[in-house]
This record gives sequence, C-alpha cells and structure tokens, in this order.
Amino acid sequence: MFHRIHRAMASVALAAALLPLAALAQGKTELLVYTALEADQIKAYQEAFEKDHPNVSLKFVRDSTGIVTAKLLAEKANPQADVVWGLAATSLMLLDREGMLMPYAPKNLAAIKPTMRDARNPPTWVGMDVWSSAICFNTVEAGKKNLPKPATWEDLTKPVYRGAITMPHPASSGTGYLMVSAWLQMMGEQKGWAFMDALHQNMGVYTHSGSKPCRQAGAGEFPIGLSFEYRANKTKKDGAPIDIVLPAEGLGWDMEATAILKTTKRPEAAKLLADWATSRKANELYAKNFAIVALPGVQEKLQFIDADIEKMLVKNDFGWAAANRDRILAEWSRRYEAKAEKR
Amino acid sequence: MTAVSTTGHGMSARLDAPAQGALGVSLLAAGALFIAAPVLALLARALFDGSGEFVGFGNFSAYFAAPALTDSAVRSLRLSAIAAAITVALAYGYAYGLTLTQMRHKTFFRAAALLPLLAPSLLMAISLVYLFGHQGLLKDWLGRPIYGELGIVVGSVLWTFPHALLILIASLSAIDARLVEAARTMGASPWDVFRTVMLPASRYGVAMAFAVVFVLVITDFGVPKVIGGQANVLATDLYKQVVGLQNFAMGAVVGAVLLAPAIGAFFIERHLRRRQASAFGARAVPYMPEPWALRDRLFWGYCALVSALLVGVLAMAVYASFVRLWPYDLSLSLRNYDFDQMDGGGWITFWNSLRLSFGTALAGTVLAFLTAWFVVKPRRFGALRDAVNLLATVPLAVPGLALGLGYIMFFNAPSNPLSGLYATMTILVVCTVVHFFSVAHLTLVTALSQLDREFEFVAESLGVPFWQTLARVHLPVVLPALLEVAGYFFVNAMTTVSAVVFLYAPHTQLASVAVLNMDDAGDIAPAAAMAVLIFVTAALVRLGFMAVERWALTRTNRWRLR
Repeated sequence: MFHRIHRAMASVALAAALLPLAALAQGKTELLVYTALEADQIKAYQEAFEKDHPNVSLKFVRDSTGIVTAKLLAEKANPQADVVWGLAATSLMLLDREGMLMPYAPKNLAAIKPTMRDARNPPTWVGMDVWSSAICFNTVEAGKKNLPKPATWEDLTKPVYRGAITMPHPASSGTGYLMVSAWLQMMGEQKGWAFMDALHQNMGVYTHSGSKPCRQAGAGEFPIGLSFEYRANKTKKDGAPIDIVLPAEGLGWDMEATAILKTTKRPEAAKLLADWATSRKANELYAKNFAIVALPGVQEKLQFIDADIEKMLVKNDFGWAAANRDRILAEWSRRYEAKAEKR
Repeated sequence: MTAVSTTGHGMSARLDAPAQGALGVSLLAAGALFIAAPVLALLARALFDGSGEFVGFGNFSAYFAAPALTDSAVRSLRLSAIAAAITVALAYGYAYGLTLTQMRHKTFFRAAALLPLLAPSLLMAISLVYLFGHQGLLKDWLGRPIYGELGIVVGSVLWTFPHALLILIASLSAIDARLVEAARTMGASPWDVFRTVMLPASRYGVAMAFAVVFVLVITDFGVPKVIGGQANVLATDLYKQVVGLQNFAMGAVVGAVLLAPAIGAFFIERHLRRRQASAFGARAVPYMPEPWALRDRLFWGYCALVSALLVGVLAMAVYASFVRLWPYDLSLSLRNYDFDQMDGGGWITFWNSLRLSFGTALAGTVLAFLTAWFVVKPRRFGALRDAVNLLATVPLAVPGLALGLGYIMFFNAPSNPLSGLYATMTILVVCTVVHFFSVAHLTLVTALSQLDREFEFVAESLGVPFWQTLARVHLPVVLPALLEVAGYFFVNAMTTVSAVVFLYAPHTQLASVAVLNMDDAGDIAPAAAMAVLIFVTAALVRLGFMAVERWALTRTNRWRLR
C-alpha cells in the first residue's frame, strides 16, 4: 500500500514536472478553459477533444456558474482564460455586454438549432445543451415524516414541507438563477415574488451550488432538493433513494454555451475547440448528460428523466434574464437574506 | 597566519554597516510591497464603484443602508463574542489543570487539546453535520437542527479551543510562587488563593485569549459556510459579494469592515501584553503546585471530558470519510478518497498543498529569521528597525479574506509590473508567508532576545563579521524556535482557506480549498476525506519537526544544560 502511494506520488510529481516540457517539445498549444461543467463530465469531453486534436491540450478552471462568471469579470483587465466552454448563456451575455467575447462562426454553426445560439452573425456564443430544473425527493425520509410527493411548484409552498426544502442561492448558482428567472417570467413579477415569499417559509437552507440540494436530498439531510436534471439522474444512479419530480407548471432552464475570449493569444487553437464543441461527436457526449442538446437528432434519453422534458421547458427570454440579473438578485437578497434567521 | 586572518575579519567587519543597511532596506521594501500595498489597494478599492468612478464613502453608506448586510455585521459581533466567552471559559479550566495541578497524563491532555490546530476549521463543522445534522448520529440529543447560529458557535469553539488554551497556559505558568506562599502564610483558603492570586494574575491572559478567539471567529468563514445555514455573517458575505454578486467594490467594503475588529483586538492585545510583562517582575519564581488528590482528580475528570469531546468530534469525521453512502449504506470503502471523480480539483490539489506548505515553511522561516535578527541585533538603524518591526506585525491585524482580496486588487492590475505573479504558486506562497508572518516574527524575536548581547560585543571586538556571528552563534541558538516556526508555517499553509480562496489558479488549486468546494457541491463525505488527509499530513509533518527539534537540541544546545 505504502509503496503504491509512494510510487503514485513520484509519478504524479514527475508528470507535473514534465508535462509543460513535453508540451513544448511537441509544439503543443495549451488552452486555458473556464467552465461550470460538472467535474464528472469534463474528463470525457477533454479526452475526446484531445484525441481529435493532439496538438492542443486543455487546462480547466471549474467552479459554480456564479463564481466562474465573477472570476471572468474580475479578470476583465487581465483575462486569463482563452475559451469558455460550458457556462450559462445568461452569464456569457453579461461578458458580451462588457465586450469580452470574440465573434466567431464555428464550422458546424449551420446545423445548430437556431434557438440555441447568439442571434447575430457571427455569434459571440453558441449553445451546447439545455439544463433545466428538477426536484429530488427522498422517498425514505418522506416516508418517515409522512411527506406527500409534490407534483407542482405550488405544492412546495404547503406548510407540511416547512424546513424540508433546499434550493441553490441564485447569486452564486446558475441553477438557482434559472429557477428564479423562470418563476418570474412564468407567473409574472408580482405573483412570482409572492410564490417565493411562501417558498421561503419552507426553505431549510439556500445552498451555494446547484448540485448540493440534490446531493443533500440523496443523503436525507433535507428531503426535498431543488436542483437540475443531470445531477438528479446521477444521484439516483449512485444509489440514493430519490424520486425525480418535474413540476407540472414548467421547468426553468438555461443553456450551456461556448465562447472565445477576445483577448486570447491562441486564437487558432481556440477556434479549433469552438469548432469541435459544435461537432456531432461533442453533441453525442453532451447527450449522455443532458436530455436536450444543440444539434438536432442526437438526443438520447436519460435513464431516470422523462423523454418529453423538452416540452416542459417554460418560455425563456434570455435577453430579459441577463439584463435584469442584477436587479433580480438585489431584490432577492433584500427579501430573503435580511430576515432569513428571524422566521 | 593568525594575523592575516584577523585582518581579514577586520576588513569584512567594516562592511557590516552597509550590508546590514542593505538587508534592512530590502526587508522594508518587501514589506511595503507585499504587506502594505495590498492592504492599501483593498482600502482604496472600497472608495470606488463598479465602473472605477470615485465615490468616497458612498459604498460604505450603501453597505450600512442594506439591512441584510448590517444584520450580518451584528450577528458576527454577537456570535464571535459568545464563542469567545465559551472558549475562554472552557480553556481556562483546562489550562489550569495543565499548569496549576499535579493531575496525571498532562502530556496526553495537552497533545489532545492541540489536535484541532492541525485541521482546517471546516473539518470540525463537517463533523458536526455528521453528529447533529438531520441524519446525524446523535441528532436526537440536540432536539433541533445544528444549522445556524448554534452550529457556528459550537464549531467555532471546537476549532479555536487550542488557540485560547496556549495563551492561557502561558499566562498561568507565569504565576509568582512567592505570592501564593505569602497568601498561604496569611492563612488564605485555596479558594481565596485562587480568587486573590491566580485570577488577578491571569486576567490579562484571559482578555488576550478572548480578543484572539474573537478575531479568529469573526474572520473565519469555513465554519459558517458549512454549518451556518441561513445565518449570514460578515465573512460569508464578503465571499458572496465577491464570488457570487461579482461586486468587488462591496467586497472591499466588507473587507475593510472586517479589518476594524481585527485592528482593535490587535491593539488591545499589544496593550495587555505590555501590562502583563510589567506585572511580572524578573524575580518572579515559577509556582510548583503540590499534589492534592481531590483537586487533581477533579481536573483530570474535566480534562478527560473536554479532550474526549475534541477527539470524538475529529474521530467522527475520520469514520464518516470511509462510509460508502451516509446514512443508507454504512459499509466502509475508499470511494470518498477517489477525488479525481469529484468536484473540487482532485488529488493534484493535495500535491499542490504540499508544495505550498514546503515553500511557505522554507521561505517564511528564512525571512522571519532575517527580519527578527534585523529587528533585534544591529545597534544602528534605529528608525529602520522600528519600521521593519511595525510592518512585520501588521499581518496580525489583517484577516486572511481581506489580505487575499487585497492581493487580487494589487497584483491583478495590468499596470502592476508584478502582475505576472498573479495565478502562480509563487503568489500563493508569498501571500501565505505574509498571512502567518507576525506570529513567526514575534516567536523569533523572543528567541533571539534571550541571547545575551555580550556575544556580539565580543565577536565585534574580535573583528568577526556579523554574518559569521549570525551563522555560528545566533542560528544554532534559535534552532529550536526556527523549527517551531517552520512547523507553524507548514501546518497553517496546509489548512488555510481564507486568503488563498481568491488567489488560486487552475494549476494551483489547493486541498483546503477543495474541501470547501466539495462541501459546496454537496459532496460532503469526500470533503471530510480531504480534510482528514490534510489533518494526517499536518500531524505527520509536525511529528517529524518535533523529532528533528529533539535531535537538534541534543546536538547544538548542550551548553544550555551546563
């Protein structure tokens, strides 16, 4: 055991020391990619890309949507990233507004669904897949506490769920923001805020990441977690005793998308990645994790998610969601952060 | 032959003044660049809005007008005061047992109580989730969920306990035996002796411990992040303002607000330290308590209880890190240690943390030694020495979060010629050295001051250049303290989250930050696993340093025994 650890240590250290050298020797270009993709997805995407383009190696910075967005904005004066691969379209629109993105039409653009790209030509960002809200419902804990299974968003405001629900904080989590934005668009501002006021009464915790509510539901920490479909599917696959609920009123959603930073010093390699991210092969990989992808005809059904999830997505005005982000988050914080403990 | 070498010495000794001056100036420059400038950059940033427009104190008034934010400020103050009061009270009894009784197993109790120093503050909070969370082992004991203010207080008490303990031990061991004797001869009962001698003599220690713990709690964001639930505090606000709302101006304001209590405590502590030093004359005789069965057993019981609590909470995290799927599948597995399959950065973060810790220990110890030497030893450069000493103690008053934020603002400005440092391991090392510099500096100043000046006078009159005295006399004498300082740097670099959380880059992600990120993503068991790994590493390295220290003591410090 110790020997193995020792050897692993030595080889990791060696690899860390030699990697940049090896890259130099072979004339490899290294791209720095910022992403909010899940860690368990990145590996497959990276391997497939590097196999097709052995001269380009990718280095990832991964974090929650809000954090990656914040990092990109913070570094605006001195951007580190070359490409953003897998960040919410609403966040990319913010960066676009700051003039940080490079317009570029990737090779496969014509085949991409017209609803899943920046409308301008050439576009500054192109969509990859849709991720949408889903509720993780722990059946074991629900049985113990006699909680009925919710079927709608409205159900979640019933007093029986007091303290049993968690959802992601919309400021830090893309999944959190897409829910809030969908409720406001779907119900109208007044009713939307009234709904969230009622939901707030039942909220156990607002989490930082969009995955955590489902993980916590899976562990029974809080029986109901408002999360997204990929994490719900994965958590159930990992063996957690959950049911996945897609509320009847409709699902909030956002797109994961790709964009090139205007300031990149490696535009050729960055374009290779942008091209590849729209390819059929890439879309097939996205389809393993998400039910709806940008290229028509490669959809694949997720094991535990209804096949007709696309029909359940609410009408979503991305321009509105991006433009009103600051205002909505400020209002959200005013309502739910000040009195959070005083209920 | 002899004559020649003496002249040689004389010539190099003549270079003493310029060489020492150059050392002092470089230290001052480094301090200005890496300590003063980032803090000033933070304060300056608080005065501008998002688009770079100067708004004076506009951000501050916006801050105090937002009820959510002032709420957190009030809660931070209240919880930190409560946690500090509880910690100091608990640690007082424990320190009393260790110093003023003849109870058994003192070495063990001391070691057990210091264990939390080796783990990130997050570990205690994660353990509490496993113990008292909704699926916690002992959830019925509490009758309510641990999340919220209760969790913050309990978690903070657990991880700050050793900090308070060390201060109180130092304070209680300084009790003057002559006063105790005098009280006894005058017929005072043991209670009266405690009330009239021990308690007044330790009051500075108590106040100091309170101030230190208060600042540790108010500036820590690991515990509230994991277990704070809906209870927002200043430290989590700062994190949210910066990483969530992308609001650097407001983050800088919160950072500046956090500076206030830290600076306040810093001056209170300095003041108290002086008072304490003057309260104990040079002729004080250390007090040696005589055995007293009842008292010794009582304190043994108390210390056993407290140390069992601390060790038990730690053990819970270790156990949980090996459980396959808490609470539904309790079989043991190594699945949670498969970090490469989780959010957070994978195993590479652990190797990065090792690199950071060794780098920090090496660079920090060398710098702290040179700084302490320059502050204590040369007889010239009075003003320069004062300035260096002042700069070296500044980090004590700067919370890690504020320091990290200042570093981004200063080093990521494209106009800064040093902006190449941004996103490197070097900047993490520099920032971590600065973050923990003051304690190291003060330790070495104390160690160097113990050595009589006569050594230098003799060396100087023999024409030995200062650097030879430094290498042949000062270095061996302070070797134990140096090892202590190196271990201190190493362990803190391994466990710290606050300053580095804003500074890490893709290839420099750290294990302690991975704990935070995995907990964030809901992967709490892997987070526990990584925290346990950090804890074990820090413990092994500490043990290693202790062994080297023991060996070095017998080799180089035999003169102390004579």
